[in-house]
Amino acid sequence: MGRKLLLEKAHVEGIRHFDVYRREGGYKAVEKALKTMTPDQVTEEVKKSGLRGRGGAGFPAGMKWSFLAKPEGVPRHLVCNADESEPGTFKDRYLMEFIPHLLIEGLVVASYALGSNDTYIYIRGEYAWIVDILEQAIEEAKANNFLGDNILGSGFNCRIHVQRGAGAYICGEETALLESLEGKRGNPRIKPPFPAVKGLWDRPTVVNNVETLAAVVPIINNGGEDYASIGVGKSTGTKLISACGNINNPGVYEIDMTISVEEFIFSDEYCGGIANGKRLKACIPGGSSVPILPANLLLKTAKGETRMMNYESLADGGFATGSMMGSGGFIILDEDQCVVRHTLTLARFYRHESCGQCSPCREGTGWMEKILNNIEYGKGKMSDIDLLWEIQRKIEGNTICPLGDAAAWPVAAAIRHFRDEFEWHVLNPEESQKRNYGLAHYADPVHVPVG
Amino acid sequence: MIKFSEQTLKEAERLIARYPEGKEKSALIPLLHLAQDEFGGWLSPEAMDYVAGLLKLEPIEVYEVATFYSMYNLRPVGRYVFEVCQTGPCMLRGSDNIIDYIKKRLSINVGETTEDGLFTLKTVECLGACGYAPMMQLGQHYREHLTPERVDQIIEECRVNAAKNN
Repeated sequence: MGRKLLLEKAHVEGIRHFDVYRREGGYKAVEKALKTMTPDQVTEEVKKSGLRGRGGAGFPAGMKWSFLAKPEGVPRHLVCNADESEPGTFKDRYLMEFIPHLLIEGLVVASYALGSNDTYIYIRGEYAWIVDILEQAIEEAKANNFLGDNILGSGFNCRIHVQRGAGAYICGEETALLESLEGKRGNPRIKPPFPAVKGLWDRPTVVNNVETLAAVVPIINNGGEDYASIGVGKSTGTKLISACGNINNPGVYEIDMTISVEEFIFSDEYCGGIANGKRLKACIPGGSSVPILPANLLLKTAKGETRMMNYESLADGGFATGSMMGSGGFIILDEDQCVVRHTLTLARFYRHESCGQCSPCREGTGWMEKILNNIEYGKGKMSDIDLLWEIQRKIEGNTICPLGDAAAWPVAAAIRHFRDEFEWHVLNPEESQKRNYGLAHYADPVHVPVG
Repeated sequence: MIKFSEQTLKEAERLIARYPEGKEKSALIPLLHLAQDEFGGWLSPEAMDYVAGLLKLEPIEVYEVATFYSMYNLRPVGRYVFEVCQTGPCMLRGSDNIIDYIKKRLSINVGETTEDGLFTLKTVECLGACGYAPMMQLGQHYREHLTPERVDQIIEECRVNAAKNN
């Protein structure tokens, strides 16, 4: 069993409350940072840790912090992205619900490093009950002088405000989030300027994911080098994985990125194997946007190496034979599942969530849903499969924000690896309404469309 | 003319005060939540105009936001709104069957409200409960690990509550 840095204490009774959290060693990182370190030293420690953004993009957090502009007399802001909406992902919810003070503590330390006196948590609107949990934690921290004015006599002031969204996946994209926080539609902004220069209300802003900010606490407590010593290569520290789909033990797991995908799926410590004694068909390892992989490419890379649960190994082979760590939303499909139908639900999701600013995404997501709907319901043509491929190709890379890519990739990967299943639907319109294709794709390798 | 109760108005003021002077528009999304809760579960043009007045915004600025976000209801809804997730991870765990079951049980289609005005059925996209699928949102909370039996219990619970509070 690997080390746990975030969830180790998540199930101590009463840990949601300040007194218990403090008794278990909580808020030591705030004491250490504010009493013994300069803001720049805190940033240095985060850089040393190798911590990568846990929202999905995996950008080095310390580097993001060091880009923050610091013009004289202009307030700066830290914004916590708690708009967790990527299908398959429910890790931030778990962290905030069970150990909210860990996030608050990380926010105070990060706010100190960045010089943010007003810090905002933007949380998806549906997590309404978690807003209450966070606001209570904030009140408790304030009552104990770990928040508010002149924290621990350091002269540093920090207020944290919780802002609810109202249902929009796109607001997880940092510039759309900032628009929403300004009381507007969540339309992503054209970059540059980046938020580090012009963010919330045109002020320099850093936007970080919940898990990223929580990880700042163990980094300050134990030092960046200690954090970097966990894991492998550029996959340092621990990562929360939310596992779902057809497995025995769905839930949130903290892993140290040195275990194999096979162990994660089949060990009782984690997913506990495929539910109902079924066989593994496919997996989306990093949230719905990242490429789906058939079982054979999931457990081993194309080179025949064991695939590991870390950034590099999951991406091994590029999009031809690999996938991505993404947000850590781990979705398992068993042998009874239909890849066409599953892809259709994802296409519908992205059509619903497209903000409508860029034509390739606004129009293309709708076309993909309609075509997939036809194939799924026995009205597809063989040429539809190539048409789908062409549409996704023309969305990818041609939009202001990554939602276009996120919508294109799942469709591309489904065709790339399961083309035979799409063809079977087209050729057997009646039979495909009665039964699923099953595991025939194990015959692999299926041909990869050119382009 | 509709307006917030004194208590809600106080909450609105607390929310507005969290932003710097001149940036009060940032309170729009939270205030629309308050309005929807206070004015019958949906945002009528009057409710939106009222919020515009509170924040000194043009009504159009409020309409364009209210129409963007999926949590705002722009038409009247039943007293209890079943928002059932239908995205991939929930589909893998049988959300299609749950949606069909609710339709049959309440004799309504997706988007419709029962004749007695008690229930509305909506389908929604991923709510971040994938490990506890299938699921629905009911008011401020999630109902997870849904089965037909669980759905029956929830319907009964709503009916009992409605009878008590009438």
